[in-house]
Amino acid sequence: MADPRKGGEGMTVRSEQREGAIFVAPVGDVDLTASPVLRNELKRVQAGRPERLVIDLSQVPYMDSSGVATLVEAMQVSRKNGSKLVLCGMQSKVKSIFEIARLDTVFTIVPDAASAMTS
Amino acid sequence: MPNDPAHTHDRPIASPASGESGRPAGPSIRLEIRSNPLFLSAAREMIAAATRRLGFAEEACSQMALAVDEALCNIIRHGYNRDPARPIWISLYPQGNGWGEAGRGGGVQDPALSGETVCSGSSCSPCRAGRASDGNGGAGGAAISTHPASLRIVIEDEAIQVDPAVIKSRDLQEIRPGGLGVHIIKSVMDEVKYEHRQPKGMRLTMTKVRRDPAHIHRDGYCDSAGPPAPIVGGSAGDETGSGGTHG
Repeated sequence: MADPRKGGEGMTVRSEQREGAIFVAPVGDVDLTASPVLRNELKRVQAGRPERLVIDLSQVPYMDSSGVATLVEAMQVSRKNGSKLVLCGMQSKVKSIFEIARLDTVFTIVPDAASAMTS
Repeated sequence: MPNDPAHTHDRPIASPASGESGRPAGPSIRLEIRSNPLFLSAAREMIAAATRRLGFAEEACSQMALAVDEALCNIIRHGYNRDPARPIWISLYPQGNGWGEAGRGGGVQDPALSGETVCSGSSCSPCRAGRASDGNGGAGGAAISTHPASLRIVIEDEAIQVDPAVIKSRDLQEIRPGGLGVHIIKSVMDEVKYEHRQPKGMRLTMTKVRRDPAHIHRDGYCDSAGPPAPIVGGSAGDETGSGGTHG
């Protein structure tokens, strides 16, 4: 497990390799303060061109449009690299913002980490 | 309300009286913050707590906190170009059902005139306890009480003025990062209006209609007569109106 990256509001990001996939797990609100921290971590792990990148949002109770934009960027990089990006564990408040932005059908969103390995 | 030994309802959030002079009622809450992203979470928490107290459904509280967050982000990033030391004002104006109306003191409770009280929402334990204790509606004395019909949230800044007509949602068919804030605000609020503030800056006025039913109290207990008529028009929005029954 890599050292957790910490955002200004206390959000942390943990990354680990698991069965051939990279798991990135932010913990805390992903807002304008925290999004750059998540963005930097995603850039770092995507530089290694993982076959599958799983972003575990199970410990993210809140996300604003800056967080959504960060994930859209990551998705674009994944498509460019030919890798799979999966979001898992999304809480209802976070899912609603994806629905509002009509991105819930653009991303691969699964309920949990186990599903993320097979989707 | 476990710490309320007198078994009375919460008073409305304080606001200055105004109706008698004919002036518009002042805000019930006015908060000034600096344009530092570190304060975003505090603003969200304040909005969520205040709207919950005003009887909005939980989903609506989250939506209003999100809308305020997005508005503040836009001011910080675009209006103030990330200068963290500029002022932003957030004002809350509960509307309707005795709130913010002439002669009602903008929501201040006046028992001598109306006997109005405001319950604490779907978890209104005083109502339930009172009803159980006397079998006839609980605490006497209160005639009718209700939550506001809607909430107006005004966000003001001193940033460079832009033409309100150019502040638009972007085309969502285009999958790209950024530009979602205005779309989110317009999606979750019932009315949204940008305008120039005088002498400088911008003003965003957002209104959310409360659709949570059964928040009228009569004779100290929760009445099931249904929701008060909204005073603000608009689309049905995204609120589901969950909650609203008091046990």
